[in-house]
Amino acid sequence: MPEITRDEVAHLADLARIDLSDAELDHLAPQLQVILESVASIQGLAGDDVPATSHPLPMTNVFREDVVTPSLTPEQALSGAPSVEEQRFAVPRILGDEQ
Amino acid sequence: MTETLVPFDEVLEKYDPAMGLEVHVELNTNTKMFCGCPATFGGEPNSQVCPTCLGLPGSMPVVNAKAVESAIRIGLALNGKIAEWCRFARKNYFYPDMPKNFQTSQYDEPIVYDGYLDVEVEGETYRVEIERAHMEEDTGKTTHIGGATGRIHGADYSLVDYNRAGIPLIEIVTRPILGAGAKAPQVAKAYVAALREILLGLGVSDVRMDQGSMRCDVNLSLAPKGSGTLGTRTETKNVNSLRSVERAVRFEMSRHAGILDAGEAIFQETRHFHEDTGTTSAGRAKSDADDYRYFPEPDLVPVAPSREWVEELRASLPERTADKRARLQVEWGYSELEMRDVWAAGALSLIEATVAEGASAQTARKWWMAELSRSANDRGVELAELGVTPVQVAEVQKLVDAKTLTDKLARQVFEGLLAGEGTVSEIIDARGLAVVSDDGALGAAVDEAIASQPAVAEKIRGGNQAAAGALIGAVMKATGGKADAKRVRELILEKLA
Repeated sequence: MPEITRDEVAHLADLARIDLSDAELDHLAPQLQVILESVASIQGLAGDDVPATSHPLPMTNVFREDVVTPSLTPEQALSGAPSVEEQRFAVPRILGDEQ
Repeated sequence: MTETLVPFDEVLEKYDPAMGLEVHVELNTNTKMFCGCPATFGGEPNSQVCPTCLGLPGSMPVVNAKAVESAIRIGLALNGKIAEWCRFARKNYFYPDMPKNFQTSQYDEPIVYDGYLDVEVEGETYRVEIERAHMEEDTGKTTHIGGATGRIHGADYSLVDYNRAGIPLIEIVTRPILGAGAKAPQVAKAYVAALREILLGLGVSDVRMDQGSMRCDVNLSLAPKGSGTLGTRTETKNVNSLRSVERAVRFEMSRHAGILDAGEAIFQETRHFHEDTGTTSAGRAKSDADDYRYFPEPDLVPVAPSREWVEELRASLPERTADKRARLQVEWGYSELEMRDVWAAGALSLIEATVAEGASAQTARKWWMAELSRSANDRGVELAELGVTPVQVAEVQKLVDAKTLTDKLARQVFEGLLAGEGTVSEIIDARGLAVVSDDGALGAAVDEAIASQPAVAEKIRGGNQAAAGALIGAVMKATGGKADAKRVRELILEKLA
């Protein structure tokens, strides 16, 4: 039976940039455990003859020709941005996460 | 952390280096990896974006067939195997260079695996094993505003242009390169140079390291000599010239040795390379944040290249670099050493293109390997990035062949080209570089020289041809160096016969 610990929930929350309080962690860890158990019971139904499936449709190689299609205008592209400067999306400063 | 650099030779007495090279190549397709936005460089900010590459809700990516074809061709040229079936995956991270909060990449199912590339350093061949090459998309460009240095630390906020987000990238990853010892820096450079040459031959990318269409990350670690183990590595990011690849390896070897000698541990982190000083500085620590929670991309169906397609692409590959090199050496009549130098200088394609434009192999080699190599060295750039084209070199040589330019004047034309003074003919006009070839004008200058130095003239009349040098010098001076010295000599000897 898979088990999710409170520490793992805290780690995932950190990765997802979700600020969870201690109380919330206490609350959520057991709930996620229930979800995992439910999924595990489905896993139990699949025999060795059922491969792990990420794509249920029996399709491969859906390609597009390398032909340019119209883009948005910069005005359209930036229309939903909370903040714009020099025709660019302005975002809060980011420290330490440069890829 | 101590920053004591150990001299390179001493590093090798105690440690064995291991390297891993990750090269990102931007493909030169017309459109992006998953949408029809143009993949060209230099557009107005956010003018080449659409709902798909902006990650807007409801948009659906579709794979660019040409990008897959390029990936397969690269894989085949690198002696790799092509996956029969592979998927894209989401690499999840939070950084605004990707508006989707993930980068579409490939995880444990790369389209290319198990390749190799043989590279040569000083006549010795090293086999660099390639673990994988996978397809992914480039990220947007962030500009950090405020703060003292304009770098990320201390920035107040950042501006993002997503034109580059979604441009097809191929990431080529080597297995650890062991056993290169003292040649490690050169092997690293030679590998990237050979890779560049292959990609150029395939025509799949502009491979301009200076413009970022080819970028190299250098992983390096040291282990105690003879231990056969691997030490803790650092990853130096975005090393953006061939010369820098070599310098980054060399610097990190010296730096690692300093830390290890002091009994301290290497801190696993990314490092930034500084072009001006040839040094690296600490970047981001490798940490929990590297937990990218990859999972298969549900919006893209798997890629399963048919074996027929793969074989078709294999059959249409250009000549292998090693074969080409051997063939050209014979065609051009170069010695083994000449060819090795040409190869090491990255001049093979340049000379080939110059010869294709009508120059002889000997003259093409002369300009690229002497004059232009020296200029490239002085400027600390690669020959291919110097800004002089094979067409221009061939044009200048044609003028030399036609005796419109002397070698000396030709060198001035190259000076003008490097200074951005315009086209070859514009520079010749502006600098007044054409040779005085009119025998009448030359004859007058020769007569004048003879008249002004009667004693010398007498010696020549008496059979001392070596004395002609003084008169040639006078004529060259009178014509501002624009006369063909050989022709001047002929005229002098004719007149004093």
